[in-house]
Amino acid sequence: MRIRRNTNGREFVSRDSQVVTVKTSSPLGRALPGFRGRIDAIQAAEHTSVLSADELERRLIELGFVEGAIVEILHEGFFGRDPIAVRVDNATVALRRREAMAVLVT
Amino acid sequence: MIATTGAGACHFALVGTPNSGKTALFNALTGNRQKVANYPGVTVERKSGALVTPSGRKVTIVDLPGTYSLRARSPDEEITRDVVLGRLAAEAQPDLLLCVADSTNLRLAIRLVLELKHVGRPLMLVLNMIDIANKRGVEIDVEKMSAALGVPVVTAVAIRRGGTDALLRQIDELVANRPENVPHSWHSPTVGELRAAQREADAILRATVRNPAKADNLTTRLDAVLLHPVAGLVILFVLLFVMFQAVFSWAQPLMNLISSGFDALGALAHDTLPGGILQSFIQNGVISGVGSVIVFLPQILTLFLFILLLEDLGYMARAAFLMDRIMGGAGLHGRAFIPLLSSFACAIPGIMATRVIDNKRDRLTTILVAPLMTCSARIPVYTLIISAFVPATKVWGLFSLQGLVMFGLYAGGIFSALGVSFVAKYVFWRDQPSPPFMLELPDYKLPRVKSVALGLYTRAKAFLQRAGTTIFSMMVLIWFLASFPQAPANATEPPINYSVAAWIGHAMQPVLAPVGFNWQISVALVPGMAAREVAVAALGTVYSIEGGKQAASAIGHVLAGKWSLATALALLVWYIFAPQCASTLAVIRRETGSWKWMAITFAYMLTLAYIAAFATFHIAVAMGAG
Repeated sequence: MRIRRNTNGREFVSRDSQVVTVKTSSPLGRALPGFRGRIDAIQAAEHTSVLSADELERRLIELGFVEGAIVEILHEGFFGRDPIAVRVDNATVALRRREAMAVLVT
Repeated sequence: MIATTGAGACHFALVGTPNSGKTALFNALTGNRQKVANYPGVTVERKSGALVTPSGRKVTIVDLPGTYSLRARSPDEEITRDVVLGRLAAEAQPDLLLCVADSTNLRLAIRLVLELKHVGRPLMLVLNMIDIANKRGVEIDVEKMSAALGVPVVTAVAIRRGGTDALLRQIDELVANRPENVPHSWHSPTVGELRAAQREADAILRATVRNPAKADNLTTRLDAVLLHPVAGLVILFVLLFVMFQAVFSWAQPLMNLISSGFDALGALAHDTLPGGILQSFIQNGVISGVGSVIVFLPQILTLFLFILLLEDLGYMARAAFLMDRIMGGAGLHGRAFIPLLSSFACAIPGIMATRVIDNKRDRLTTILVAPLMTCSARIPVYTLIISAFVPATKVWGLFSLQGLVMFGLYAGGIFSALGVSFVAKYVFWRDQPSPPFMLELPDYKLPRVKSVALGLYTRAKAFLQRAGTTIFSMMVLIWFLASFPQAPANATEPPINYSVAAWIGHAMQPVLAPVGFNWQISVALVPGMAAREVAVAALGTVYSIEGGKQAASAIGHVLAGKWSLATALALLVWYIFAPQCASTLAVIRRETGSWKWMAITFAYMLTLAYIAAFATFHIAVAMGAG
């Protein structure tokens, strides 16, 4: 079976030759411009932001990053592809990839 | 009736997320009946105004700093929280909270409304910019939204005449109908509460808004270029280049006009007043002294015009986005870009603008380096010395040497600022990881002439006030010191050599001689502490040039004959670093709330100035420019 990876998760061809996409969450902080997806979870615990996990999560929510919101990466900076400009529903938010790692998307 | 404050007047507060058009609404409601002051103890601007409702009720309104939540994270947001909760002793708790929202971007605002309901004060949601929302096909069921939220909702177009009529009627109705004051139950929301509130807000929006706004087409298209990793940076730098070019060239005709105006005034004073001490005081002390400062008003206003336009356009947040990584390399936060850019006009508004930086260390670093940005008050000093000492030749037949020296002085300021912040970040605060950069990028909007004009007017007023008070009194003082005691009748030397100024200059000279300064420079540096540009006028007075300021070229001519090139270069370099501005130091003291940071700024800048001037002088002497 051939497995193709794309930014949304894993795609493979099932036995009846249908393309099936298995959605796996990945951090928004790793996605590329053009990526479009839905927020699965906010997982701030393991990240090395200067903020405490609790505070990072609160700030992300205050900027509209809640489960189910549609996000799209619009732009990225030149150096280190950082920061990124993300469309969250109908607002645009700039943040660094480091903090965006806490946003899991499919 | 709602409980009222004062003589039957109601007291309202405007709350809202950043970029909700809150200030535009405030301007529309209060017009020119505004007062800008500071909250006691902090330098957060307190903007208040008055209006009269259609039924004749007097209302005072205070415009609070924008915030996403009452969980204050910066000094600005703390003010919003404390005023809303009535915790600020000097400020009555508002009788009514007007929560302002951008109708095209309601998610975060609705969550804020849900949080504000816990405050227990009467609350009204104002759907601002409803015209833009309607144009983009958004349909909002205002009544249903009002029912779902449990608060009155009204639409408004702050920037259109009559756009706030419905709001005013609603205010009247609300004040007459006496909503209950519920006891306040606000506490800092937990993660779970925030999430639940955002979900509730999203549910309310799904039920009450049809065709929620898609991405703004124009903004998307503009951002494709302006936020492009390469083109975006190039455009930003071109924009900055144009801005500085404009400051120097566009302002010139107006400056010449002001300058010749003051000269004519001085000549008039000379001709009408009887010769003697009064004539000298009016002409040299007052007219030429104040004139030498007011002449920079066009440059300062040009710079502020650019900053205000870019801010209103929504570009400043983009500039912070583009610069975040570059500034991060020097240990600065992306948000520090705006304060540092303002510091090219004047460090005082720049330092005050650091309030948008929520991390304390980042804010301190920015405050520490802001005075190194070449502010407009250095321009007269630079211009004077450069035109006197640097030949007006072309380099490679293209750039003027004088322009290049000027550019070098600007670059010197910028690079030393980056160096200082680098040292602060990686030597003193090494253990502090870099705090997050999170910022909403608002849709682009055409700047309103009225709001830009209002902004410029405020700056011009502040500048003229400073020229009329601080600078004026310093000029009077320097004239006094340079004129008394008067020379004896049989004097052989110029009269100033007998004055107090000469005495002060000679006393300071041993300290400044190693960097190549003579006593005249030493004495000019003293009033130069009040404002850098005063040093120019002071040098003029000290060198007893009649008419004080018969065009800067006259002073320059005298200087060229009296100073060595090494001295001139040392003074230029001194001015890159020297903490020659009492107002900046005072603002640092106020903003940081401590004498310590003011002392640190003063000490490090003075040390850098001395070392750099010392090195410049001795290198120049060694190369034969002594």
